[in-house]
Amino acid sequence: MGMIDQYIYDGTFEGFLSAVFEVYERKPLVVKIVSERIATENFFDEEHTIYTDQVKADRVWKGIQTKIGKKAGDWIYRAFLSEKPDRERVLLRIIKKGFLGHRVTEDYADVDVLRLSNLVKMVGREKHRMDAFVRFKLTKDNVYFAEIEPDFDTLPLNAIHFKNRYADQKWLIYDRCRHYGVYYDLHKISYVKLEVSKDINTSEAAPFYFTHDEMHYQDLWKNYFKSTNIPSRKNMRLHLQHVPRRYWKYLSEKQP
Amino acid sequence: MNFERIKEKLNILADAAKYDVSCSSSGSKRANKNKGLGDSSGMGICHTYTEDGRCVSLLKILLTNHCIFDCAYCVTRKSNDIKRAAFKVQEVVDLTINFYRRNYIEGLFLSSGIFKNADYTMERLVAVAKKLREEENFNGYIHLKSIPGASDELMREAGLYADRLSVNIEIPSEKGLKLLAPDKKREDFIKPMQKVKNEIIQYKSEKKLIKSTPVYAPAGQSTQMIIGASGETDAEIMYTSAYFYKQFKMKRVYYSGYIPISYDERLPSIGTEVPMMRENRLYQTDWLLRFYGFDIRELLNKEHPNLETDIDPKLSWALRNLEHFPVDINKADRRMLARIPGIGMRSVHKIIQARRYRKLNWEHLKAIGISINRAQYFLICDSATFETKDRTAAQLKSLIIGTSGSKWRGAYSNQLNLFGSNAPLTTS
Repeated sequence: MGMIDQYIYDGTFEGFLSAVFEVYERKPLVVKIVSERIATENFFDEEHTIYTDQVKADRVWKGIQTKIGKKAGDWIYRAFLSEKPDRERVLLRIIKKGFLGHRVTEDYADVDVLRLSNLVKMVGREKHRMDAFVRFKLTKDNVYFAEIEPDFDTLPLNAIHFKNRYADQKWLIYDRCRHYGVYYDLHKISYVKLEVSKDINTSEAAPFYFTHDEMHYQDLWKNYFKSTNIPSRKNMRLHLQHVPRRYWKYLSEKQP
Repeated sequence: MNFERIKEKLNILADAAKYDVSCSSSGSKRANKNKGLGDSSGMGICHTYTEDGRCVSLLKILLTNHCIFDCAYCVTRKSNDIKRAAFKVQEVVDLTINFYRRNYIEGLFLSSGIFKNADYTMERLVAVAKKLREEENFNGYIHLKSIPGASDELMREAGLYADRLSVNIEIPSEKGLKLLAPDKKREDFIKPMQKVKNEIIQYKSEKKLIKSTPVYAPAGQSTQMIIGASGETDAEIMYTSAYFYKQFKMKRVYYSGYIPISYDERLPSIGTEVPMMRENRLYQTDWLLRFYGFDIRELLNKEHPNLETDIDPKLSWALRNLEHFPVDINKADRRMLARIPGIGMRSVHKIIQARRYRKLNWEHLKAIGISINRAQYFLICDSATFETKDRTAAQLKSLIIGTSGSKWRGAYSNQLNLFGSNAPLTTS
């Protein structure tokens, strides 16, 4: 059995691009790019730690955008956000094919292109769901606060959407799975590492964190949701297809 | 704000507005400006779905359910003994803004019962939209109902603040309208539609010359018809629809299965099932007209005045026109690809891109995501195995129905049981 080179990076997109840079630089025969979160020691593989290097990452990113195309760049980034275990393998192959002149956003009969387009679709759908399912609550500090637990790491994509939409209010969206948030302060968005207490969602704690009117608006929204329903057309299968149960947790209209 | 009173009004006026099926929030190009609130330049967003599976994108309410008309099909009709309420202009503005800031909605869909007269009502709808745009710097989506009979001046003003305008014709035929809404005249519906259409045309031509021309109803206009209340055939409904698309450049025509709300003997009685499957087939037909390049005469005509209920209208057309098949997936043009049962427009697009690089076979088509079950009898590709048997339309239909899991299947087996045999269901 031949040696496989394992390039272990920090799990960030820049880190991944740095690893791609090293692949072109060192030209290993067989290589696997692995996020350090997933990497396990393997007797047969030779491990190399890849340090995230902004300059190298930028060079690869620029190369992708100019040689393979802007759309391909966007797809590669989105597919990366899927966090799927095969993402590094698929994306490295896509990047290699792309640099050889292969049209990686068009050839749907190619296995890698098909996988890429599926990952992009999955991430896009989840991003769209988060754009829809975020429910802001107004805190006493006058910040609109929301929590999410998306299947994929879509928050960087959602941040742009919300910045365009809520330009005149401060907001913070917190990803409870990945323990980071995006905060908009009326001027710019910034990424923040933070822990948010779990009790913020309990009805006992709510009056401590949120404004008095907040509860009333949630109540009005819940009432609206009920009044706008047409019982004689009830179709729970369709309902669940659109709003799967795992998203109910943060939807105010779905609270008892 | 008196939340208890607002809650009561909201319950009454949302309940009364829910029979309007449109909830679209797409198609506008209104971006956020001056760091204000909201943006409706992207694609539409459904923020939640009701238990009947309908998208909730807009705060859909009536300004009031007081009405001087007595249309039999309408829950708000004058003679109906229900609770009445009316919002103040400012209350609607506050609700919209506070819901929008919490990301509950994409915007407002405001309609109204007609109180006093058409212009008086329209004026108040316009006042809400104006306040939202000018005082709140609101760039979210606004859909206003055009009140039948409203003056040209008010319709002009409405379009300056709203993204979409709509008048529901409700009853597809003139004879039906006469029967169910004798106080209403068809011209009254047509007049505001005509005005909006002309304004949009004028806006488009002026915009070319003067960049600062104020935008007019950027998401266009739409209308709605009630299905199954007044006895029209599918052909009558869809020809009316095609006429409105063409004549008034409608963005959408909606079809709403009649929900019995009255003991009036002119209408289906309470307890009658909502014709949801029929509604679905009409939407499929609408899609074929708008996106698949079909002409209405190909789908519905004298010989076929109604759609088949057990199969979709594209398959139905294909079975009546077997001489066009099989289609060669590697050679056919976009138009013919779009006509193959089991292939949607997304797949057509992928096929056209992918076949530039290689000849496509069954494996490729499966991976692209076409419905092989239906498509296999209508196409050839780069594979040695094909459907070679020469089958009749009836044989193909029973083969396809036998292997497909239609969402309406439950409804079908019930109907079949009624006849107590396994004879294939014939449709008129």
